[in-house]
Amino acid sequence: MEPYFKTEQLAVGYDGRVLIHDIDIRLEKGKILTLIGPNGGGKSTILKSITRHLQTISGRVFFGEQDLRQWQPKELAKQVAVVLTDRVRPELTTCAEVVAMGRYPYTNLFGRLTPGDKAAVQEALERVHALDLAQRDFASLSDGQRQRILLARALCQEPETIVLDEPTAYLDIRYKIELLEILREMAQEKGITVILSLHEIDLAAKVSDYLLCVKGETVAALGTPEQVLGGGAVEKLYGMEQSSYNRLFGSVELAKPVGAPRVFVVAGGGRGIPVYRSLQKQGTPFAAGILYENDVDYQVAQALSDNVVSAPAFWPMTDQQFRLAAKLLLSCASVIDAGTPVGEFNRKNAQLLQLAREKGIPLTKCNP
Amino acid sequence: MKEKQENTQLLGSPRRFWAVMGLLTLLLVVMLVLNVNIGSVSISPGRIASMLWDGIIHGVDSSTESQILFRIRLPRLLLAAILGGALSVSGYLLQVFFRNPIAGPFVLGISSGAKMVVGITLIFLARFLGSVRPVSLVLAAFAGSLLITSVVLLFSQKVRSMSMLLVIGIMVGYICGAVTDFCITFADDHDVVNLTNWSMGTFSGASWEEVGLAAALCLPGALGALALCKPISVYALGEGYAQSMGIRVKPFRVALILLSSLLSACVTALAGPISFVGIAVPHITRSLLKSSRPAWVIPASFLCGGVFCGFCDLLARTVFAPTELAIGTVTSVFGAPVVIYMMVRRRKGEEA
Repeated sequence: MEPYFKTEQLAVGYDGRVLIHDIDIRLEKGKILTLIGPNGGGKSTILKSITRHLQTISGRVFFGEQDLRQWQPKELAKQVAVVLTDRVRPELTTCAEVVAMGRYPYTNLFGRLTPGDKAAVQEALERVHALDLAQRDFASLSDGQRQRILLARALCQEPETIVLDEPTAYLDIRYKIELLEILREMAQEKGITVILSLHEIDLAAKVSDYLLCVKGETVAALGTPEQVLGGGAVEKLYGMEQSSYNRLFGSVELAKPVGAPRVFVVAGGGRGIPVYRSLQKQGTPFAAGILYENDVDYQVAQALSDNVVSAPAFWPMTDQQFRLAAKLLLSCASVIDAGTPVGEFNRKNAQLLQLAREKGIPLTKCNP
Repeated sequence: MKEKQENTQLLGSPRRFWAVMGLLTLLLVVMLVLNVNIGSVSISPGRIASMLWDGIIHGVDSSTESQILFRIRLPRLLLAAILGGALSVSGYLLQVFFRNPIAGPFVLGISSGAKMVVGITLIFLARFLGSVRPVSLVLAAFAGSLLITSVVLLFSQKVRSMSMLLVIGIMVGYICGAVTDFCITFADDHDVVNLTNWSMGTFSGASWEEVGLAAALCLPGALGALALCKPISVYALGEGYAQSMGIRVKPFRVALILLSSLLSACVTALAGPISFVGIAVPHITRSLLKSSRPAWVIPASFLCGGVFCGFCDLLARTVFAPTELAIGTVTSVFGAPVVIYMMVRRRKGEEA
């Protein structure tokens, strides 16, 4: 498919000083591209440059066939609408009036709203589920409501592309999700191309077709979330040295407790996760086993401990794995049984608990 | 049909606007009648109507009453009304520019700048120009307004907070005042006579020439502001949004400053510095309208400013008659409390 939005060797920065160069983006119509990366990494700089709020330093930007520099202001306004981070507070202005401002490129010299314009205002308000806010004073809204109204204003501009700079900042989780769902809908139903920046990597992976990692002098990576987020890319992007990011869960684990393991945790099937995390909070290094590699517990145990005995999925646990685990268990001062039921394949775990009892190692049982 | 009804409700109906306009027009008529009626010679409303009629049809006769009406009171109150409106719209445009309701030509020192240049013109250039026409005063005031506006704009890039900018504006105003005083100290006595009366700020001694000039400049100026009402409405969201909706921000900002300076220059040149009208009147108007829609606020502000200045002038010339107060004295008494109230309320809103 022919890309609708395109940058070619774009270099951006302030006052003629290059911050990021060689940005090459190709984005088809109706796709969502999310910029992720640390604060001050240049996400806003890129967004401001493609919306002409900042002069590009070199390279080219295309919306449709036409170069960004060639668009007349009003024609560009029909192509691209924005939701900015500026805190705006117009006084004595209703939400409907704010949304109606989006009709600017379409109305006559005096800004008279035709019935068609008014219908567009109403539709935009309905889209963001804010029709009931129409008469409210914009200044009296909560952050979540205000952001929805600003999005409605952008939609009311009937653009081909919407550019949003950190639209979820200040929003609680419910409004974050609501906002991103609206964007997804717009992209799918109306074929609107969406370019935004987000702090939440997990949400970015879920909502976006493509991710662009922004850090350093040139963009770190561009591709689908699956391509971009694997192999420690997130840790590197944000400079996380101790903590880690789990791509499958889209969640972050804090730093591993350091030192020789003092507690051995026997778990599986998700029962281990709360135990691991509580040990991490106490700063107690622990060992875990025996965990199947397709077990959810395995994902977290791996992130929080260097001493995890694992078994390949769908095969009974072996004697070798048991010996490895037993050695670790005997080196620990105590054992925790997370309460995972024992069946045909994980019988070795029952043997580990038995061993602890025999050797007189203190054994605690959770989730009875 | 039903949908159409919903649509009109969605964006609020203009009913309130017309009600406010009606009220202001009524007040304007009351103000006009009272202003003509009250004075050292009182003329009854019925007499005013018949004299106006005769005057328009047959020309002014030579009776004392008629002379007072046509030579003194009518031009004076018309000048007060037009300049009051102009000052309000000028303040409103500055408020749009700074996106802050506490901006106005007086508090930002712009009126004082205009006064300074007019003072210098009256004192020094008057010798070369012979007699000073009102037009040259307006030009001088315009130059002064632009000069000080650009100084304030330079500072506005350095300081973020509006209160700092206000302090700077007041300081700049004092510097201009000092320069004016300096010039007066070293000027010839007979040059100063011109100046003192004017620099107090008064509508007294208004001539039809001045009324004509004020109308010729201020009415088109106000209409120009009205023509900008579409970008003004969007500019309230900030430059970023304004640009993304297709406004050419720079020319628009220049237009705002030029119009605002022109309007306040007319006022300063023809009536002297008048304080607080530019902030208080747009605020009162917005509160009456319960809206910031520029297409409503601009005409209503103009009307409201006319009424406000008309009444203030009435008080200025009658309360301590035969002594006249400076018009700025009266507008300050009513205008400054409004500004204080606004600042206090705003501070609360920021904290909440």
